[in-house]
Amino acid sequence: MKIAVCAKQIPDPATPYDLDPDHHWVVRPDDQVLDDTDRYGVEIGLQLAEASEGTVTLFSMSPAGTLQGIRQALAMGADKAVVISDPALKGSDAAVTAKVLAAAIEREGYDLVIAGTESTDGYTGVVPQMLAEHLGVPSLTFAKHVEAADGTLRIHRQTPEGYDVVEAALPAVVTVTAGVVEPRYPTFKGIMQAKQKPVEELSAADLGFGADDVGAAGSGTVVEGVTPVPARQAGEIVEDDGEAYLKILEILERAKVI
Amino acid sequence: MKVWVFCEERHGAPSPTALELLTKARELGEPSVFYVGEGGDGAFTALGAHGAVEVHRLDPGDRLPAAEAAAALADRVGDARAVLFGMGNLDRDVAGRLAARLDRPVAANALDLFVEDGAHAVATEILGGTLRVVKRIAADDPAIVVFRPKAFPAEETGGGMPEVVEVPLPETDAVMRVLERHEEPREGPDLEAAEVVVSGGRGLGDAERFRLVEELADLLGGAVGATRAVVDAGWVPYALQVGQTGKTVKPKVYIAAGISGAMQHLVGMKDSSIIVAINKDPDAPIFSVADLGIVGDVHQVLPKLIEALRSRGEG
Repeated sequence: MKIAVCAKQIPDPATPYDLDPDHHWVVRPDDQVLDDTDRYGVEIGLQLAEASEGTVTLFSMSPAGTLQGIRQALAMGADKAVVISDPALKGSDAAVTAKVLAAAIEREGYDLVIAGTESTDGYTGVVPQMLAEHLGVPSLTFAKHVEAADGTLRIHRQTPEGYDVVEAALPAVVTVTAGVVEPRYPTFKGIMQAKQKPVEELSAADLGFGADDVGAAGSGTVVEGVTPVPARQAGEIVEDDGEAYLKILEILERAKVI
Repeated sequence: MKVWVFCEERHGAPSPTALELLTKARELGEPSVFYVGEGGDGAFTALGAHGAVEVHRLDPGDRLPAAEAAAALADRVGDARAVLFGMGNLDRDVAGRLAARLDRPVAANALDLFVEDGAHAVATEILGGTLRVVKRIAADDPAIVVFRPKAFPAEETGGGMPEVVEVPLPETDAVMRVLERHEEPREGPDLEAAEVVVSGGRGLGDAERFRLVEELADLLGGAVGATRAVVDAGWVPYALQVGQTGKTVKPKVYIAAGISGAMQHLVGMKDSSIIVAINKDPDAPIFSVADLGIVGDVHQVLPKLIEALRSRGEG
């Protein structure tokens, strides 16, 4: 099975980031890491590939040209990566991202596309569905369990009350929730091998996109303003001296819930 | 002009978000509902009472009808002002596919939609609700917008039974079938409607000790919530998750026990009337939204609180 895994490189959530005051973009430090939620997609991809003697190819858009996060996913065991690495992509919205990824994945060929349900930094949560519509295939979304056999894919789809068992024929797009599997940690050998694995870097033009089709120019949403939300009035912070629970009781009484 | 509201049926009734979105749809134009489900007089009357003028009903049978609903909507919304979706899983599936089909942008996580110089603009909050962002939609109508839960209050207008139009299931190559449905039994009050919510995070230690949270919620007649980390770790089911990818709650009192306050969690609870946080780490972000913050060990504070509530109950 030929498996495509969408992987996003994001600023390390542990480091604070800024907004560009002119364009209101999130200013990304050069150092970027693999979005934690994508580790689950990579792991599922590796498991399905191992079971089917298949391959795992990573797909990522990288306006800043960084590869650090991609190397992390390669170190987990993915075979190769296709990175659309082009400054023209800066400012691309979800719709543009989906078009670019669809073009790159179609060019490479695939049986299954795996993505996270949403990125940690942008969380639009609709790119995989858009991708599926562009590719004209089913979108098995919010999977907390995935199995593939005989050209069909079966998932447990998370619902508010439990889960549905949903099935579709391949090729298809699947999105996986965090917690679907335990992502493996790269081994030392994996990290060394990752440096040698093929990474194909493409420009937007290589995929047939003009300068106006992508980036901020091609995106249909324009950020007009960013203003701080008035913070909640500062509350009372107390160190527990063994009696702090009394303060909670007081609040519960005042709110008339006890 | 028409404004469409997407509505997935939940247990024979319209999704709560759809009723909320009808409030906004009425303000923008004439509300039409695209209803996915079997439907019935009860569901359609409820939609009419909230202002829906017409309901287009797609009965999916055993399909997961993401592609079908997107195709049917694409045929209907050409002259509409906007198509409004909630954050439900099918909502997001159809919104994405519809946008790709119509080659339109999607504005997600919206809290409001308004018209500005003839164009649509949406308001959202980012970085855990600390920054408000206004985005202009630079594309022809209809605007495709995905809203966060509880962005608007659901309001009855006294409208009658709407006109119901049957939508035949469109042909598609992207067929998905639902083979089985599993529901996990739920106890206690509804998380999204409860007056008191007690939520636990990783600071509780393990699934066994998470019971403290359940015990306290029970004593207060409240609902139990949890962070994504706790759900991912398998201590409690996803139905209890509060946050960006879970439920949005606005109770009278929210008690956060052993929760550090990741952005993904804060967006789901920061609009609670009163927030009480208990955490060991004085620098935990949860304290920035707390009305009462207790720097201490949940395993010390919660048992004492539980004990005190018990003796009140007996006294």
